[in-house]
Amino acid sequence: MGDIAIRVEEIGKKYRIGRPEKYKTLRDTLASSFTAPFLRVGRLLRGEVTVDTGQDEQFWALKEVSFEVRQGEVIGVIGGNGAGKSTLLKILSRITEPTTGFAEIHGRVASLLEVGTGFHQELTGRENTYLNGAILGMNKKEIDRKFDEIVAFSEVEKFIDTPVKHYSSGMYLRLAFAVAAHLEPEILIVDEVLAVGDAGFQQKCLGKMGAVAKEGRTVLFVSHNMGAITQLCGRAVQLEKGRLKRTGSAGEVVAAYLSSVAGTELKSSWSDESFTPGGSDVRFRSARLLSPDEQPLSIINFNESLLVEIAYEIKVPIRNLSVTCLLYDSMNHLVFESMDTDMPEWNGCIREPDSYCATTKIPSLLLRPGRYHLSFAAFVEGVRVIAQLRRVLTFDVSGVGYTLQPKRDGIVSPVLDWKVCRFGENGRMV
Amino acid sequence: MQSNTQVIRIEPSKGWVALQLQELWAYRELLYFLIWRDVMVRYKQTALGAAWAIIQPIFTMLVFSLFFGRLGKIPSDGIPYPIFTYAALVPWTFFSQGLSQASNSLVGSANLIKKVYFPRLCVPIAAVTSGFIDFALAFMVLLGMMLYYGILPGGKVIWLPVLLLLTVTTSLGVSLWLSALNVHFRDVRHIIPFLTQLWLFATPIAYPSSLLSEPWRTLYSLNPMVGVVEGFRWALLGAETAPGPMVMISFLAALVILVSGIFYFRRREKTFADIV
Repeated sequence: MGDIAIRVEEIGKKYRIGRPEKYKTLRDTLASSFTAPFLRVGRLLRGEVTVDTGQDEQFWALKEVSFEVRQGEVIGVIGGNGAGKSTLLKILSRITEPTTGFAEIHGRVASLLEVGTGFHQELTGRENTYLNGAILGMNKKEIDRKFDEIVAFSEVEKFIDTPVKHYSSGMYLRLAFAVAAHLEPEILIVDEVLAVGDAGFQQKCLGKMGAVAKEGRTVLFVSHNMGAITQLCGRAVQLEKGRLKRTGSAGEVVAAYLSSVAGTELKSSWSDESFTPGGSDVRFRSARLLSPDEQPLSIINFNESLLVEIAYEIKVPIRNLSVTCLLYDSMNHLVFESMDTDMPEWNGCIREPDSYCATTKIPSLLLRPGRYHLSFAAFVEGVRVIAQLRRVLTFDVSGVGYTLQPKRDGIVSPVLDWKVCRFGENGRMV
Repeated sequence: MQSNTQVIRIEPSKGWVALQLQELWAYRELLYFLIWRDVMVRYKQTALGAAWAIIQPIFTMLVFSLFFGRLGKIPSDGIPYPIFTYAALVPWTFFSQGLSQASNSLVGSANLIKKVYFPRLCVPIAAVTSGFIDFALAFMVLLGMMLYYGILPGGKVIWLPVLLLLTVTTSLGVSLWLSALNVHFRDVRHIIPFLTQLWLFATPIAYPSSLLSEPWRTLYSLNPMVGVVEGFRWALLGAETAPGPMVMISFLAALVILVSGIFYFRRREKTFADIV
């Protein structure tokens, strides 16, 4: 313990992106399609790698990233889309080479960038187990030894000799994950494998990851699921635009990351008159998330409530118009839908043209830690949808201090008040 | 299982990289599984299944026998024309099938290449080697035909493994070039059909190489398949063509193709995951 397991030193990765070609006439296109092959063969013979025409733009997917992971440590890698997380994993998995810098990995490593890599549709579950095991770096003896365990874990015993093309997507995933879960590397590199499958499957994955971590193996774990990161990882690194933004304890890095993305995603407004999604009878003006004392929110903890505010304008009188707010979790499950006309006094009312601002409160201790999206729509019940805004607000519920078992099923995990009475032998309350 | 102290260093490689064939050895089990997969999958969901392995050479033989043998009256070194051309078609089919399977193999395994590390050489090697099953089936038919025509192979048949090695060397060498090129230039896919067709006629399959006079005949065997085909006829059918020098030259040519192919492949390998 305490020794270095992964050392990343000034790693950089440059990609080239070809510029979009300028407009050409058909004649030019035809002409170039005849001459281009010769030009390209010429370039090829000179040993140039790229297929694209001369003017390439360079793009650093990763730049000067350095960090170390000690043996037995579980480290999370977070960052927005395009921050370079996947590139980092690909380099550490030796799938692609860095352009600059180097990395050292001490020990037997297995990387899991996807479950079911190399599964062949035409082969049976049994055959795929062997094939996939070999691809992930197990030898035949190892797979022989663990085969029964893998099948039991996957719960597809009955269908193990059926071609996987006849599997349901759930069975397919379970078998694929079962193979991966029985890898025994010293260092495990895992990409967002938890982003697929249903909630039960995700919990199973998380549980297995936790078990691996407890066995003292080194794990490098990339995820968008901040809850998973804070639960599993001791330390985290945050990437931003290919650079290392911060490292530290998982809780701190996650909190800092959430607050840095918050400003842009917790508020949207549309002042542009031409922005009329779904028609001009109702126009959305702005939508934002606020803390209970009406401050714009930066971090939402699971034990804090939050206010949702939507401002809109009605241009013509409409009977029974409602503005609804739909909350989706990271798996795109609808958590709930709530309308600004849910209060009984609105029943059957005509909404007069004017500006409106509707606010509601999502109670604390209801949402489980994770990422959520809010969509809004204006509609007349059972008649028509007038305007729709999909996924306009995104926020994360952080799980710092979360005490409930993460394995619990259900889309929401409300922390309810329980009163538990205990009765002694004589039937009296103790 | 490797020891605790194993250290992998990941850094940019420069220029021509070392071949690192020992790594291929370390991954031999994966190679075995990939070959096994290609064999298992080859005739899945086909009505005729493995019969396809012999249908192709047999039909080509029939067509050649009719047009070149019967109508064209092409000489066949004193051997009955059908078996003369079929003995050449057996290694040829292995070669051309290997070529078309392997050249598309990297692109076909894009999903694997983007997600897992392993020596990429495994992919085209598996594609070429999995053709051995087809070869064995077609070879059985050849043995049957030899019985029918009453041709008994002499002691020269012990050279057959060497000729087989030459076939694999050629097929693998060309496949490595084409598969690596195909990652960058999908044009390769369009070239393959007509490349194999041209190559078919540039190889003495429908006609004997004895039509050529020396030194052209020996020079002709710079096409490694010439050595293969002439060797097969000599070793199995007892054709009196004495292909020794031809096979030697073919071997040299095949080795050049293979070694350069491996080097080219290894040099391009690092970019596969980014481009494929």
